[in-house]
Amino acid sequence: MSTIEERVKKIVCEQLGVKESEVQSTSSFVEDLGADSLDTVELVMALEEEFETEIPDEEAEKLTTVKDAVDYIESHT
Amino acid sequence: MAARRVVLTGCGAVSPLGNTVADNWKAIAAGESGIGPIERFNTEGYSTRIGGAIRNLEVSDYLPPKDIRKMDAFIQYGLIAAYEAIETSGLMIGDGPDPDRVGCAIGSGIGGLEYIEKNFHALRDHGPRRVSPFFVPGSVINMVAGNLAIQYGFCGPNIAITTACTTGTHNIGYAARTIAYGDADVMIAGGAEMATTPTGLAAFASARALSTRNEEPEKASRPWDRGRDGFVLSDGAGAVVLEELEHARARGATILAEVAGFGMSDDAHHITSPPEDGRGAAKAMSNALRDAGMEPEQVDYVNAHGTSTTVGDVAEVAAVKSVFGSHARNLSVSSTKSMTGHLLGAAGAVEAIYCALAIRDGLLPPTINLDDPDDGCDLDFVPHKARHSVVNVALSNSFGFGGTNGTLILRRPEP
Repeated sequence: MSTIEERVKKIVCEQLGVKESEVQSTSSFVEDLGADSLDTVELVMALEEEFETEIPDEEAEKLTTVKDAVDYIESHT
Repeated sequence: MAARRVVLTGCGAVSPLGNTVADNWKAIAAGESGIGPIERFNTEGYSTRIGGAIRNLEVSDYLPPKDIRKMDAFIQYGLIAAYEAIETSGLMIGDGPDPDRVGCAIGSGIGGLEYIEKNFHALRDHGPRRVSPFFVPGSVINMVAGNLAIQYGFCGPNIAITTACTTGTHNIGYAARTIAYGDADVMIAGGAEMATTPTGLAAFASARALSTRNEEPEKASRPWDRGRDGFVLSDGAGAVVLEELEHARARGATILAEVAGFGMSDDAHHITSPPEDGRGAAKAMSNALRDAGMEPEQVDYVNAHGTSTTVGDVAEVAAVKSVFGSHARNLSVSSTKSMTGHLLGAAGAVEAIYCALAIRDGLLPPTINLDDPDDGCDLDFVPHKARHSVVNVALSNSFGFGGTNGTLILRRPEP
């Protein structure tokens, strides 16, 4: 069974078209991984689907790094 | 002010006949059909189960995987055709053109139907939060032109004309006028389509527009033949690089053809059918001849709209006869849709390319499957086999739902 962090990183790679080696837990989606505002919306949608949860828009806006996403999911699932 | 002259310096095509212009032309010269069973989705229960699909195209060779997901297939096809057109024109070699003077006019008849279906299913099955933020930019019709401008930095006029099956012809004609008028020196122009989806196929089948010759797909598209029973739905894209004559000469570009004339009209008759006498089609051809300052006798080859429908094929013959009079017996008329099927909004673009190559190589594309010409279908349709013949002037017709007609005239470039 993969950890939450591994599953998040996998989705980030798929959604943003980056290699696994490029994704660190401190990586910022926009600054480091080349996402634009629409990419981040779709990334959150993919995370919601993977973890069968709903991330409210005001929370989603605060998820700017891999670690932010992992922490959010760990405390809400 | 005399209008500036416009020439064609590059072309790109993705069609059921191949994913490059060279492969397309090879198949045309050999009289091959690109039609086969539809494999993109399960066609059980459909009256038509055949079509012209794009095969063996590795989209990831051209676009990053991240971007592929954000675009309907019609945008991918359009971009890939445009890349080939730009590449073969040599436009970007060296410093490249002034980006403010380069524009794009690439449309689609239908747009991102597959993407629309996918997002509708997401909405229906999972609610509004699952509709992709890329739904609109991934499906609207102007996004071949839009993405192309972004990728190359082309800051000139950017437009996507949508006129059903006349789309490709209208975009090329409009682009030529944009250059002639002085709004741009270079235009990338054409059309793209991927309407072979569950709703697209079902809709054209319900309209009784499609051939149901499912057991013999390669024989299904048979313009002017007595046994024709509708068109074959195909996917793909065509794009050309058009350039102001002196701009092309100054950079030493290879000029394939001159865009000599462009004409438009409407049947003002019926949403899907032309009038029997083809008067709207005739008007588009006459308008193009007037624009070119040519006499009908100067035309050597007509690439017909010729979709293999009962009414349309006969109406176009009537139109050709009314425009060309006795010269209708001398010129050659063929339908490359007998091989490609009907690429809808991309049709006029790939057919303009075939006309340019007919001029370059002195080769008349054939009308395959024309075994038994229907009553009144008595022109030289170049049946079955391509034929060598000097072509100085070629005319290409496109007619679309809504009665919209377009005609392009290409001529051999001056040495």
